[in-house]
Amino acid sequence: MVGALDRKLVRDLRRIWAQTLAIALVLGCGIMMLVGAQATQQTLRDTQAAWYERHRFADVFTGVSRAPASVVADIAALDGVAQAEGRISFAAMLDLDGMEEPATAQVLSLPERPGLNLPLVQRGRLPAPDNANEVALNEPFAEAHGLFPGARFRAVLNGQLRELEVTGWVLSPEFVYTMAPGALLPDDRRFGLIWMPETSAGAVMDMSGAVNQISLRLSRGADERAVIDAVDRVLDPWGGTGAYGRDRQSSHAFLESELQQLGVMAAFLPPIFLLVAAFLVNMVLGRLIALERAQIGLLKAIGYSAPEIGWHYLKLALAIGVLGWAAGAGFGWWIAEAMIGLYADFFRFPFLIRSQGTGALWVGAALAAATVLLGAGRAVWAALRLPPAEAMQPPAPPGFSRGPADRLLAWMQLRQTTMMIFRSILRWPARAAITLVGVSASVAVLVMSYFIFDSVDALSDTLFSQANRQHMTLTLAESRPEQAVRDAHALPGVTRAEGAFAMPVRLVNGHVARLSALQGHFPGATLTQLVDDSGRVITPPEDGLVIPQTLATALGVGPGDHLRVEMLAPPRRVLDLPVRAVIMQGLGQEVHIAAPGLFSAMESAPQVNTIHLSVRDDQIPELHAAIKATPAIAGLSDWSDLRRQFDATLAENLLAMVSIYTMIGALIAVGVVYNAARIQVAERSYELATLRVMGFSRLQVGYVLVGEMMLLTLIALPLGWVMGYGLAQGLVTTMSTDVIQLPFHISRRTFGYATLVVLVAALGAALLVRRRLDRVDLATALKARE
Amino acid sequence: MTQAPAPPVFSARGVTRVYRTGAVAVWALRGVDLELAERELVVLLGASGSGKSTLVNILGGLDLPSEGRVFFRDRELTRASDRELTLFRRDHVGFVFQFYNLVPSLTARENVALVTEIARNPMRPEEALERVGLSDRMDHFPAELSGGEQQRVAIARAIAKRPDVLLCDEPTGALDSATGVQVLAALHEVNRELGTATVLITHNAAIRKIAHRVIVLADGKVKSDTVNTTRIAPEQVSW
Repeated sequence: MVGALDRKLVRDLRRIWAQTLAIALVLGCGIMMLVGAQATQQTLRDTQAAWYERHRFADVFTGVSRAPASVVADIAALDGVAQAEGRISFAAMLDLDGMEEPATAQVLSLPERPGLNLPLVQRGRLPAPDNANEVALNEPFAEAHGLFPGARFRAVLNGQLRELEVTGWVLSPEFVYTMAPGALLPDDRRFGLIWMPETSAGAVMDMSGAVNQISLRLSRGADERAVIDAVDRVLDPWGGTGAYGRDRQSSHAFLESELQQLGVMAAFLPPIFLLVAAFLVNMVLGRLIALERAQIGLLKAIGYSAPEIGWHYLKLALAIGVLGWAAGAGFGWWIAEAMIGLYADFFRFPFLIRSQGTGALWVGAALAAATVLLGAGRAVWAALRLPPAEAMQPPAPPGFSRGPADRLLAWMQLRQTTMMIFRSILRWPARAAITLVGVSASVAVLVMSYFIFDSVDALSDTLFSQANRQHMTLTLAESRPEQAVRDAHALPGVTRAEGAFAMPVRLVNGHVARLSALQGHFPGATLTQLVDDSGRVITPPEDGLVIPQTLATALGVGPGDHLRVEMLAPPRRVLDLPVRAVIMQGLGQEVHIAAPGLFSAMESAPQVNTIHLSVRDDQIPELHAAIKATPAIAGLSDWSDLRRQFDATLAENLLAMVSIYTMIGALIAVGVVYNAARIQVAERSYELATLRVMGFSRLQVGYVLVGEMMLLTLIALPLGWVMGYGLAQGLVTTMSTDVIQLPFHISRRTFGYATLVVLVAALGAALLVRRRLDRVDLATALKARE
Repeated sequence: MTQAPAPPVFSARGVTRVYRTGAVAVWALRGVDLELAERELVVLLGASGSGKSTLVNILGGLDLPSEGRVFFRDRELTRASDRELTLFRRDHVGFVFQFYNLVPSLTARENVALVTEIARNPMRPEEALERVGLSDRMDHFPAELSGGEQQRVAIARAIAKRPDVLLCDEPTGALDSATGVQVLAALHEVNRELGTATVLITHNAAIRKIAHRVIVLADGKVKSDTVNTTRIAPEQVSW
């Protein structure tokens, strides 16, 4: 049986349904983000774990120039190594039907009985060990080209043109995220993976009985650092390029970085929403309890205990919590589903282990309960303490009195209606403060959401307009003398060619070491430039290194300190170079030096292994054909195309993301202003009706209500800007991973949009409430005192 | 020779007001005819529910009759738009209510200024407050004033615009006898000195004697309409 008090509860909720809903939505937004991010993260994590486990994803990876296959056994015998496997890997240029420009691929040898990084056949079968022309392709690439089992394509393998037959499509735990070396975005059309039987790969590369890549699995409890050092020692004579753990394996690192960012999202935004919701519960319940003073007194008088009455109001708060939680969980799952769908474009798993984020649901439920109870606490406590006799008396009229603020107001000679606005704010500073904090939170959330686009813009500008102005970049199969640049200049349509030298290195300071790449910059280069986060062009010095901030911190070095630079590819020199400057660098972790200085330190003639080109658009087909026919070129990146892809990816998601951010950001402003205005109307309908009776127009009376809300909103704006700036800065710091560091940049446009959205939302909410004034019956409003 | 009678400030013809809430229809007024002359002070008497407030609300442009016509001088209020009614109230009517209806966030002076800021030919707020004997309480907030003082502020606020009519709904209803007399005296004074036509609702029969005329309402109809041949001063009233 439903008790009378519970019936009152239901009716109270129905009466203030719009306010209840507004609070529940703000709360729900917080829960939605929490559950959404957690469910997405958990789904990706569980899927990742299962995929790695079932297909034996290796723990440590390394390359060598060329080592006898027997060295794999030496490594497997090392302390802490459970299993090791070697393979041959090399780059190939592909010539595909329907694609004028060359595609590139990484070819991987496939042992007869693979023990690590097992490919999963999605379609067809693996190539037969004894068939030299059979290969398997990674599914996304094969899909992009419609290369079904049985299809044939041409590839330049180690300088020879070969026709290969596709036997199957596979996925591998090594390539959840597939990106061509040196690329910025995954591109399944231009970059593929080819699995080829070990014997054919050995024959192609003239490496039978040898390997150039080794991966291994650690035994339980092994010390990864120690194993990596041991592996490096074993492989040193064979030209080891430095072993690394999963944290530096490209696919894993990108996935981890994304998961980390999801975690940040789950931790960063929800608290703001929960806090605002708590304030709103406090505001609305405080008002309700004030209104029901006499009823509380009556309940006490007829024998209800204080805890019973307290529980009654707490249940009201909890009902709001349950509503918000349910809406949040529902939308959270929906968001998770959408995000997982979005991720499917970048991360390829053969299966998904869906998680409902049950943990997040419980955490969300606990947080929702805590939020509303926190908000309700003070108001309910006030109800409990009311002595019944006093409670049944009408509350004392709000005591206004003169203070210094009033002298200021009097001096300002405001109209009385404006005076009412100021006095109301001064009289209920706590309520005004809640509105202020809530609206500024709304501004802050919007600034923090929109600034991402500024940062990406800044990144794109640095990347494409300043740092990389070349149309294409050619990667050479091996280092060549500078003559190669002149040869490239002679290719069809090339208007400018500039060489560069890049070398994988290990940087060592004492016992701290990091893998990186050393970039040698040739003087006079104009196509590529070293640009820091603030857009400053940096000229690398000849006598030392310029290194990015994050790397400097990791290595514990600053300008003036020396670093041991170990080259991980021929000529495998070890140099001792001073750090000359530390810069903020958004993308990439390379260290830089002027090429002449580098080669003089190496005591060798200048060499290039990368060539940047500026080309004429009308000769691109001829250029592509020439590149396909030049075995010395191992890879090609098309920067104009990259920019198109970058912009397209951004544009594709921009509208949806801006709309969602705008909606949730504006929701706070609406929730706060709507509730504050509703309370004003309820408490002051009498006063406002009096104004109407005295001959004030609807507009003039509305001004008192809307004016107060908008004044508070205006005061909240700068506060929100500052809060948003701080939050954005925090977000950049927490979101930065080794893979991506967003530059911190907020444009005026972002502040402008956030301001506009909040102003419109607040005005809309206030005007919506103002309409209630029209419905106040003047005659009765005057008679009845609350 | 007798002067031609002044045209009435208000004239109401067959005013009926029915409130419908759901299936229930409440007849608050049933065909009331009434005229109010310039400078006249009329006391409207009647039991609770007799239709006094409804009538005054209609005269003041706060409510519209279901049937019948109401004129303010030569303007028909029953045909006025919401906007015209607002302007009518702003320019011609002063209201005084039982519960004063002061804006708590404004001082006495500011409450009066509220009206003088939008009126066409107002007196200074100080002058209005002086007329009701509150010169020394002008900068007090409502919460700092007694009931009688608050009501006198309300009267000052009502007269500051120099209204053509003053409509008072139970102005002494919440006050004790002594304080109520002060308020009546203020109203009386305004009527006498400014010549403002005044309608004073009360269910307190003792007050009737200060009026020029007494109209008694019962069940939504005019039960009697009597001219007082002898009036007494408010100070002589007690209840």
